[in-house]
Amino acid sequence: MAVSMGKLRWGELEDDAEDLDFLLPPRVVIGPDENGVKKVIEYRFDDAGNKVRVTTTTRVRKLTRARLSKRALERRSWPKFGDAAHEDVGARLTMVSTEEILLERPRAPGSKADEPKAAGDPFAAMGKAGAVLMVCRTCGKKGDHWTSKCPYKDLAPPTDTFLDKPPGAEAAASPAGPGKNTYVPPSMRAGAENRGTEMRRRNDENSVRVTNLSEDTREPDLLELFRTFGPVTRVYVAVDQKTGASRGFGFVNFVNRDDAEKAINKLNGYGYDNLILRVEWATPRPN
Amino acid sequence: MRPILMKGHERPLTFLRYNREGDLLFSCAKDHTPNVWFADNGERLGTYRGHNGAVWCCDVSRDSMRLITASADQTVKLWNVQDGVQLYSFNFDSPAKSVDFSVGDKLVVVTTDPFMGLPSTIQVKRIARDPNEQTTESVLTIKGPVGRINRAVWGPLNKTIISAGEDTVIRVWDTETGKLLKEADKEIGHQKTITSLSKSADGSHFLTGSSDKSAKLWDARTLTLLKTYVTERPVNACAISPLLDHVVIGGGQEAVHVTTTDRRAGKFEAKFFHKNLQEEIGGVKGHFGPINALAFNPDGRSFSSGGEDGYVRLHHFDPDYFSIRM
Repeated sequence: MAVSMGKLRWGELEDDAEDLDFLLPPRVVIGPDENGVKKVIEYRFDDAGNKVRVTTTTRVRKLTRARLSKRALERRSWPKFGDAAHEDVGARLTMVSTEEILLERPRAPGSKADEPKAAGDPFAAMGKAGAVLMVCRTCGKKGDHWTSKCPYKDLAPPTDTFLDKPPGAEAAASPAGPGKNTYVPPSMRAGAENRGTEMRRRNDENSVRVTNLSEDTREPDLLELFRTFGPVTRVYVAVDQKTGASRGFGFVNFVNRDDAEKAINKLNGYGYDNLILRVEWATPRPN
Repeated sequence: MRPILMKGHERPLTFLRYNREGDLLFSCAKDHTPNVWFADNGERLGTYRGHNGAVWCCDVSRDSMRLITASADQTVKLWNVQDGVQLYSFNFDSPAKSVDFSVGDKLVVVTTDPFMGLPSTIQVKRIARDPNEQTTESVLTIKGPVGRINRAVWGPLNKTIISAGEDTVIRVWDTETGKLLKEADKEIGHQKTITSLSKSADGSHFLTGSSDKSAKLWDARTLTLLKTYVTERPVNACAISPLLDHVVIGGGQEAVHVTTTDRRAGKFEAKFFHKNLQEEIGGVKGHFGPINALAFNPDGRSFSSGGEDGYVRLHHFDPDYFSIRM
């Protein structure tokens, strides 16, 4: 929509441009690049008289090649019938999806799964993630269940100390036993998926230990340093109570295991406050 | 992939079928009108008006001239594919659930639901070349299975009919005599109603999907259980790829989980499994409701899925699909 101007001397253009507001910059076409993306930049006046810039980005993409047999080719030229007979070209029955849909490969167990796919026993998943952390006081068996979920509950004498403590998130499914007539919210019933507690278990698996910290390093410093790799749920710096100085080590818990790995790779050996950091997995090398 | 979305149906999809050459896609839904689309760009070619009830199943003849549809209005109708004209209507005493053309397109096997005290039946009708000579009498009627027979298909060389349904047992019947030849082993078979059955391209094996959240691959002659694919959702539809060793399974969501799972839009997926290794290859998301129909294009380069949301999604595979290694 270029306004034809006739010959314009450069000297006139140098003047105060207010006189030339009625002119619009020319249409620019940035030709199809290697991805086939074409950009067209146009200028026009909108209803209020303001100069408006319109950028249209288009990509022409071949979805597939239609290999049609002779018969199929004939069928292509059949007239439309039934409800399609009066369809105009603008009918939006058939549209190409705006979203790119991928064939998503399944994630290997142990890496982050964003969907609550804990099929079957949620405790089985918990057991796998934090096996070393679960100790049952009743039977002393490690890694299988917590005390309140102990299958051998009757063996040990009941301990009074735990009566006042309401069942924590770890023992959440136990109130769902038969004969109990307390209300159990859906998220805590047996077979409930999307347990929030799984978050904590997995986080401890994404825990990174940082050693050789300088004595004035504190939690905010570690957070600043590690947040660039991804969301961090918890930072901790061990501090000597008497002197107030850092004991030289701390822990950082990431949300994502991959971010924790990246942090380890990048920051191990990194010079921070005149000391070389040592960054490694906190628990003995998970998987 | 950029799936092509086709919204030709107002009600949930029930069945999808490609023609032999893979250029037409027929879709059946609970609205009473089957549609036909061009399989390359999803453009609608036409609709078949005439049924008065949900259309459950369809099949198209090898020359793509005749379409047969089974509907809940107790009829099975024969149509001219090209112009949507109804050529013949078979009347039954109960809703018709499934149709399948035989090799040679001379016979169709039809299943009808149990209705008002009548048992479910499997019937074979002869299809005449000339619609004017069409007769309505059944060549063969089989009564036996209890409950709905969701699918019945022809076995290899039309010698047998394979049926599967609500009573979870797959049966093989002799076409000549109507006698029961084989039954699938109850122990290893499905535990809940079989919702779908799909043959391989050469007819030597077939895949059944069931509400017991699994799909099983069977040999068509001996009814041996070959493979089992386990998913987390009841299976409503299944298909075998004609090109690669893949199967695709689509399903729904258990009613129990409707409130506790997050309502993410478009999260119903069609799951791909390696046919021999039984391992999951991946999932293709996008449907807003349970997937009720799946079909592979005979050339294996695209597939379509139909959902409870009324949409048909036509996917042309990306080049890297063909080089997936397990």
